Amino acid sequence: MLSRAAEAIYWMSRYVERAENTARFIDVNLHLMLDLPGRNSPQWEPLVTVTGDRDDFLTRYDSFSEENVVHYLTFNSEYQNSVLSCLYMARENARSVREAISSEMWEQVNSLYLMVKEASIEDREHSTPHAFFHHIKMSKHLLSGLTEEIMSQGEEWQFFRLGMMLERGDKTSRILDVKYFILLPRLEYTGTPYDNIEWAAVLKSTSALEMYRKRFHRITPREVAEFLIFDPLFPRTVRFCVKSAERSLHQVTGTPVGTFSNTAERRIGLLKAELDYGEIEEVFKMGLHEFIDGLQTKMNDIGEAIGENFFGYTSADELDSQSQ
Amino acid sequence: MEKAFSDYDPEGFFDEIFESKGVPRPGAGLLLDRIENLPEGDLLLRQRAAEKALLQMGITFTVYGDDAGTEKIFPFDIIPRIVTASDWSIIEQGLKQRIHALNEFINDIYHDKKILSDGVIPPELVLSAASYRNQCENLNPPRGVWCHVTGTDLVRNSDGRFYVLEDNLRCPSGVSYVLENRQVLKKTFPKVFAASRIRPVDDYPNLLLEMLQSLSPARIDSPSVVVLTPGMHNSAYFEHSFLAKQMGIELVEGRDLVVSKNFVYARTTKGLKRIDVIYRRIDDDFLDPTMFRSDSVLGVPGLMDVYRRGHVALANGPGTGIADDKAIYAYVPSIIRYYMNEDPIIPNVPTYICAKPEDRKYTLENLDKLVVKSVNESGGYGMLVGPHSTKAEREKFHKLIESDPRRYISQPTLSLSRTPTIVGEHIEGRHVDLRPYVLYGKEIAVIPGGLTRVALRKGSLVVNSSQGGGSKDTWVLSGDDEPESEGDG
Repeated sequence: MLSRAAEAIYWMSRYVERAENTARFIDVNLHLMLDLPGRNSPQWEPLVTVTGDRDDFLTRYDSFSEENVVHYLTFNSEYQNSVLSCLYMARENARSVREAISSEMWEQVNSLYLMVKEASIEDREHSTPHAFFHHIKMSKHLLSGLTEEIMSQGEEWQFFRLGMMLERGDKTSRILDVKYFILLPRLEYTGTPYDNIEWAAVLKSTSALEMYRKRFHRITPREVAEFLIFDPLFPRTVRFCVKSAERSLHQVTGTPVGTFSNTAERRIGLLKAELDYGEIEEVFKMGLHEFIDGLQTKMNDIGEAIGENFFGYTSADELDSQSQ
Repeated sequence: MEKAFSDYDPEGFFDEIFESKGVPRPGAGLLLDRIENLPEGDLLLRQRAAEKALLQMGITFTVYGDDAGTEKIFPFDIIPRIVTASDWSIIEQGLKQRIHALNEFINDIYHDKKILSDGVIPPELVLSAASYRNQCENLNPPRGVWCHVTGTDLVRNSDGRFYVLEDNLRCPSGVSYVLENRQVLKKTFPKVFAASRIRPVDDYPNLLLEMLQSLSPARIDSPSVVVLTPGMHNSAYFEHSFLAKQMGIELVEGRDLVVSKNFVYARTTKGLKRIDVIYRRIDDDFLDPTMFRSDSVLGVPGLMDVYRRGHVALANGPGTGIADDKAIYAYVPSIIRYYMNEDPIIPNVPTYICAKPEDRKYTLENLDKLVVKSVNESGGYGMLVGPHSTKAEREKFHKLIESDPRRYISQPTLSLSRTPTIVGEHIEGRHVDLRPYVLYGKEIAVIPGGLTRVALRKGSLVVNSSQGGGSKDTWVLSGDDEPESEGDG
């Protein structure tokens, strides 16, 4: 397929995934406020920290109030990672490849954007925030479902999956990193009701609470970290995402998994091995934050290599030697 | 409630649906009955549902001069325009004749120029046209066909006859609306639709693809065909994408293509892939910066050289614009007689060419009665509608014509036919035109249907989408007899 189309599908998918993750983080925090009233009420600052755009936030707002943070992350059209901006970019990318994706997928991305755009004008999120964020999540799931059900699993599908999985892995690792950093000083309070609620919220932020309980039953910070990084079966863990992304990459090139034909495959193979054979004890020995920092650097490097290997525009001279 | 059409009055105009007040034309009775018997408010509900469907499908166009890249839905009216089988038969024969002659004309102009040496058209009129491309001299496209896709604008005058208003032989757009409007209307009036025996338009993408494949220089079973678009900020981007999708082929931009060793290739995730046929929706000017405008970043450097070598086919061929120059338009009846030895089946609108002194004089003296058009602009830009103009506008055009007469033509203001259209909460007559689409591959095929454009402003004669126009589905009936039975859908 065209390099440009592959790139647009990849980014469309990443942007939708990013918007959905942000919507879920906000939704969970809003719920948390109901469970943790008064002085224990949850902070809004970490939600901004998760995005990595703390400095940008501070140039626009003077405090991490609920109103400021929710507006920034949801509707601020000048902020490139707000839900609205992400959906705008997703839609622009989708629009540039309408012929390469199914009509239903395009319509789904288009209506999701139009819904959020309309809400941003009416500021609708204030009256029924839960319904609003829930709608975003479900629309995203509908898009994934459409992709699964009515799109041929050719290159277009693989690039969609690749973008989705890399974005998701990155977001899961970030929420774990930030929350752990905040909750860690209170480790001695482990087991208090409030603490349980906060850790449960971390799991909910990745929709992982129920699946976690099936495996570990009790909520402990260590096992939450282990689950979100290493669990091989839950589809939002870092390991699962990297493995899915690797599979899609190899479907595109036709190179068997376990070997590599380009830098992207080599890098993702290395990361997958680390996650397949790693243990949480090692992670804590190294420091969770340092480990996750490393993860994110590696995922960024994989993203860059994908750009060079598949989307890169080479000059006409180089092409001359390739085409013969 | 009151009947939807009880107040409807053709007001002396030729009406596409009513012969006279309260008397429907043949073939329109069933539709009118159905609309009149809808529960109160239902027609408007159906109109809103159709608009919502178009927005969700993202069927929009970009308005230039507005905020960069503003998208709008092309306004759509659910009351269809009906064309009887006998009217259609004239249109079909007339367009086949016209397109055949115009193609002969293009081929002649870029080879022997017999029509000029025989004195039928003044040579300077052709050779001075901005749309004449000397880069196309002696080119030999497959089977001598240059204009593969055309969309001819027809209007119906108060005498009930169709006239050709404009030929579009470069990159005519709008066919996607024909197809999408039909999809929407089938849902809006399913039973009337079924009973009316309307000729289908859905085959267009297939016919287009077959025509494009037939142009391939490589003798292989499935040549590689692409649609070339200027990009998503072009006003017709939706259509480019739509057609590529319907044909199941790739939509490329100039930057996706590269010329190497005399062939054209697309840049793909697996390296370079050879391209055999390009359905290009980019104007000649931007096609190849090494041959035409050197500042173009939309095109493909070296493309014309590959084309000249016969290693890639382009549809439409470059240089076809010479045949839809508005000054050449006045000579199309002569062109038809010259190449085909036949009288034109569909007449032209009488046209005054401002390059001719006597025509210029007449035009300047009658600016308040005439429509003045710039010969090289389309989309309703650069145009004066005399009877609706202000004194200042007429003075402006007076100066423009005097300073550059070659750029202008004028025509009498026609009394365009009207058809019932939903306006606010009731139905009024609005002026319409008709753009049928013609494909020229191994033979010439006219798609039974077309884009009916409607001037939504009261009294307006300008139907262009960029100037407040909307569209309607066009129903070409397969027989002249009344449809079979009453339906309720």
